[in-house]
Amino acid sequence: MTQPWLLLTLVGADRPGIVAQVTRVLYGVGAELGEAAMMRLGNQFAIMMMVRGAGGTEEVAGLLESTRVDFHLKLHVDPIDASLHQHREPDVSIIVHGADRSGIVSEVTAALLEAGMNILDLRSDVGGSEDKPIYIMQIDGETTAGIEPIEKCVAQLAGQGLTVRVTPLETMRG
Amino acid sequence: MSVEPLPILTYPDERLKTVCEPVEQFDPELREFAEHLQHTADQGPSAVGIAAPQVGRLQRLCLVDATRAKRPVDNHGPLVLINPTITDWKGFAVGREGCLSIPDYTGKVIRAETIELTAQDIEGRTVTFKMKGFEARIAQHEIDHLDGILFLDRLVSRHADLRQR
Repeated sequence: MTQPWLLLTLVGADRPGIVAQVTRVLYGVGAELGEAAMMRLGNQFAIMMMVRGAGGTEEVAGLLESTRVDFHLKLHVDPIDASLHQHREPDVSIIVHGADRSGIVSEVTAALLEAGMNILDLRSDVGGSEDKPIYIMQIDGETTAGIEPIEKCVAQLAGQGLTVRVTPLETMRG
Repeated sequence: MSVEPLPILTYPDERLKTVCEPVEQFDPELREFAEHLQHTADQGPSAVGIAAPQVGRLQRLCLVDATRAKRPVDNHGPLVLINPTITDWKGFAVGREGCLSIPDYTGKVIRAETIELTAQDIEGRTVTFKMKGFEARIAQHEIDHLDGILFLDRLVSRHADLRQR
């Protein structure tokens, strides 16, 4: 019987070779990798990977213990109720930017939820300079009540000093 | 149409990587094949186009139908494009694409925003079209199939921005 998926999370100072070392160890024991996402946040390395076929949570953590120590990483392994081939297609993309201040993510996401949007992907950055930081957020999502409520919600946000652009998405399939 | 849809080849079938041969015979069999191909596309998940090599016929024929877009877009109606050639490109836009031959995956691809193309219709007559936006994207995706190119070959960063259409 196929083993269930585990979610492996690794976080630490970014250094070359982390992904190669982790996947070498897992490949070496015949583990299967599913979907994975790596990002660099504030100079830190972070990755989440679906892993199965290498035993339970403690066994996977044990396999990666020397890697964790070598690269000074924090490591979590959690059982998850996940499966592959569960992709969903966004039908709207939203880009928000403005002078950085507290509350932008909370205000925007609460408004989008109210407008019937489910967030599928979110990425945000702080750019600009130390004394004049700007906040940029890109969200892909799926609407449950059409695009109009999203556009109304965006118009309200624009009154709060944010620039918000909504782009309807349609996946071309042929 | 009561006939069975044609089986759709799926990646990594090598036939999808083949540069297709021109169509030279414009006969009832070709017309029948084009209808069968449309019937096949109709069975897939919301397809707006399909190309002959996706069903294993390695000839330069594809269907483009922007009338099937979820939101209305500029279009020339359902088209059968035979031996199509893109003669002019302008602008570019990032958009999300999927493919009947690549189930369960979509990704961002850069395409020209407007194109001009020359092709032959099902009777062999020369036709030209100036397309933009979504219809131009469909045509570029399908013509790529005729050159053995898949949208996977043109993927850009998943964080690439999308220009307003």
